[in-house]
Amino acid sequence: MSDIEQRVKKIVCEQLGANEADVKNASSFVDDLGADSLDTVELVMALEEEFDCEIPDEEAEKITTVQQAIDYVNANVK
Amino acid sequence: MIYARIAGTGSYLPPNILTNADLEKMVDTTDEWIFSRTGIKQRHRVTDELTSDLATQAARNAIAAAGIQAADIDLIIVATTTPDKIFPSVATMVQRKLGIAGCPAFDVQAVCSGFVYALTTANHFIKSGQYKNALVIGADTFSRICDYTDRSNCILWGDGAGAVILQTSEQPGILSTHIHADGNYETYLHVPHNPDGADTVVMEGNPVFKMAVNTLDQIVDETLAANQMQKSDIDWLVPHQANIRILQATAKKLEMPMDKVVVTVDKHGNTSAASIPLALDTAVRDGRIQRGQILLMEAFGGGFTWGSALVKF
Repeated sequence: MSDIEQRVKKIVCEQLGANEADVKNASSFVDDLGADSLDTVELVMALEEEFDCEIPDEEAEKITTVQQAIDYVNANVK
Repeated sequence: MIYARIAGTGSYLPPNILTNADLEKMVDTTDEWIFSRTGIKQRHRVTDELTSDLATQAARNAIAAAGIQAADIDLIIVATTTPDKIFPSVATMVQRKLGIAGCPAFDVQAVCSGFVYALTTANHFIKSGQYKNALVIGADTFSRICDYTDRSNCILWGDGAGAVILQTSEQPGILSTHIHADGNYETYLHVPHNPDGADTVVMEGNPVFKMAVNTLDQIVDETLAANQMQKSDIDWLVPHQANIRILQATAKKLEMPMDKVVVTVDKHGNTSAASIPLALDTAVRDGRIQRGQILLMEAFGGGFTWGSALVKF
């Protein structure tokens, strides 16, 4: 597991109160991990803090799974 | 050096209560949905009272708590977004209802940040030496401007009023106030003109939530730095009560346990400019807040506007 993948999953577990075993790359925050709309906003804010970046609202809306979060960080965070 | 201190607090809630169960009968929602997202269980809603009625009751309670007479008041500032009429101001109506006349009275409009704006204004007037007993009120009746068919929004708002008597003092008192605005965010949270019916609150909840949490974090840092204080110096956080999730996020950034945060949003909902003085009065009257303690008040609202006040009670 890459460093970024590990950090993203750790944040997802913390923010959504999910078990590590349940957080798979394909997991959807809302459908699989029980997030509501404010949880997803807080998750994006936690990712911004962890990776010291700013995720615009229109990009944030597209991040709905663990893999999409990892991909966003890989593509946009240097 | 002249300081302004809070000599007394008061509040008032209209007796009629709207519970989540009541809302379940009005819009497609559930108690669980509302509570998990907002922390709100119930809110008060006016039947026939107007903002000036709530404001006057809160003012009377604050006047009594301060041990002064209405005639001692020499300045009235009301923070409201829901005045009884476009004009005259709610402040002048409160003045009349208190049976006094002559002193200056005006409203301040900064939506949910209104009380911090009004307190800031009154603080400067007192510190200038021109006035000795300022009546500062936050009062709103958002039930009059919310759309009870919009389930994402109508669940949030409650009606109420809170007041403080700000009095001249040789000791602080208000340590510092900080107010800001950025009008670029007008349409995130506003009451647009509706050609087809009543004008009601429109809000983009998610971006407002994000901006609120980040901005409140910054203003806490600004406030503490201005006073060379640490997060641990704060005895009580008395925040604007928008949503329990914003309060929790702010407390977390402040490294403050939730039992140091005065929470009334569960019972009052979001009462806009009234929420901070309502929370303050609640915690003063139940004995949590004691004289000499350090209070941090902070708010974020439409505009956007935001602000804070650091107070030695």
